[in-house]
Amino acid sequence: MPERKLRVLVAKPGLDGHDRGAKVIARALRDAGMEVIYTGLRQTPEMIVEAALQEDVDLIGLSILSGAHMALAPRILELLRENDLAEVRVIIGGIIPEEDIAALKAMGIAGVYGPGSSTADIIADIHRMVGAAAE
Amino acid sequence: MLELVEQLRAGNRRALARLLSYIQDEHPEARAALAELYPFTGRAHRIGVTGSPGAGKSSLVNSLAHAYRARGRTVGIIAVDPTSPFSGGAVLGDRIRMRDLAGDRGVFIRSMATRGSLGGLARTTGDAVHALDAAGFDVILIETVGAGQSEVDIAREAHTTLVVEAPGLGDDVQAIKAGILEIADILVVNKADRPDAQNTVRALKAMLDLGRSQAGRAWHHGRLLDQSETPLHAEPDGEGWQPPIIESVATAGTGIDDLLAAIDAHRDYLQRSGSLARWERVHIEADLAARLQQALLADFVRAVGPATLRTTIDRLARRELAPSAAVDQLLDRTNHQAH
Repeated sequence: MPERKLRVLVAKPGLDGHDRGAKVIARALRDAGMEVIYTGLRQTPEMIVEAALQEDVDLIGLSILSGAHMALAPRILELLRENDLAEVRVIIGGIIPEEDIAALKAMGIAGVYGPGSSTADIIADIHRMVGAAAE
Repeated sequence: MLELVEQLRAGNRRALARLLSYIQDEHPEARAALAELYPFTGRAHRIGVTGSPGAGKSSLVNSLAHAYRARGRTVGIIAVDPTSPFSGGAVLGDRIRMRDLAGDRGVFIRSMATRGSLGGLARTTGDAVHALDAAGFDVILIETVGAGQSEVDIAREAHTTLVVEAPGLGDDVQAIKAGILEIADILVVNKADRPDAQNTVRALKAMLDLGRSQAGRAWHHGRLLDQSETPLHAEPDGEGWQPPIIESVATAGTGIDDLLAAIDAHRDYLQRSGSLARWERVHIEADLAARLQQALLADFVRAVGPATLRTTIDRLARRELAPSAAVDQLLDRTNHQAH
């Protein structure tokens, strides 16, 4: 019966007050058999990384619609490294301009998903990212 | 000593988080670590928080944790949410209402999914509490899944069980059904600023008065055990503990001081009356029974083998064999004494 469940933190940093997309993803990941820790709106990078530490998650999914991704993403990655959590993968969903995607990936964001992304693709990607990290 | 255990005892939060994952995944490492940590457990005051979905359990846990922190006590929190029976996944959302505890290193919050367990907790919640206890947290708050009637496992894990109700969640008959109210050491009527709150308070009072008229309230934690009639459980409760009803508005912090005072009073009562020592023995016995059950069953199934089990199930399905006779036969085969 012992089984290693994937644990994912779904967080919404920044000030925009709209989390329907985040909830849809949380539910889709649940239906894919993952344990999703959902933290709600207006999370600071510090709060997100602390929750990731306490919950021992494999991956963090950030929902960012505010346009602040180029400030939030590096801060979160930096805090993860400071807390010895560099192996935790981070993906971003939301409205991200095409020209920022390469920069985000270069700084260590494992995946970026725009409004048209299919949840099946996201789930497959997560299994690939975390499966590789866990072995 | 295991490295993980050393780190945890030194206050490494990452080690604690990792151990909690091993515990939930029933990883072999958890077993070894918990065995080493066991001597360091038994110090924390364990407070259970249960009640209907939407009653405000998470907000109450948040307020309580704040109040304990103001007194300089460290707080570990385990928040349990249900696992989907279809996918095996879960959305664990209790942190949403605990956001203002973030940034305080004297608080550690862990979300747990039930992973198929039905009593309101995960099967491994007890071990997770041990881990927090051994990590040195003064107070451990255990929040159950939104529970209605039969999710009473919390009474075996908590020294003090709070049952949280809110106005308008159910009619008065819900309040007098057996089960969850009977395990309450303290009843909390949350959202007490709602106009119909007094109806809820009155219904609970009436229910409690009925309970009191049945002379000689049994040791209620013991009642959860399998009818064991050892003198341990038969010990009378002395003058007994009467569950108080506390009104609160958790989101505003109203009534939290009263609630803390009631929890302190209950703790004093447990110590003064000797109930704490009895609780400890009942808790250990129940835990041992659960572990034995699990281990013996696994052992037994291995000994009997899948072929025999399949044949037995076939015969049961054809109604050639009654379930009780099947048990006798299986036990005979493995030289166990049926009785």
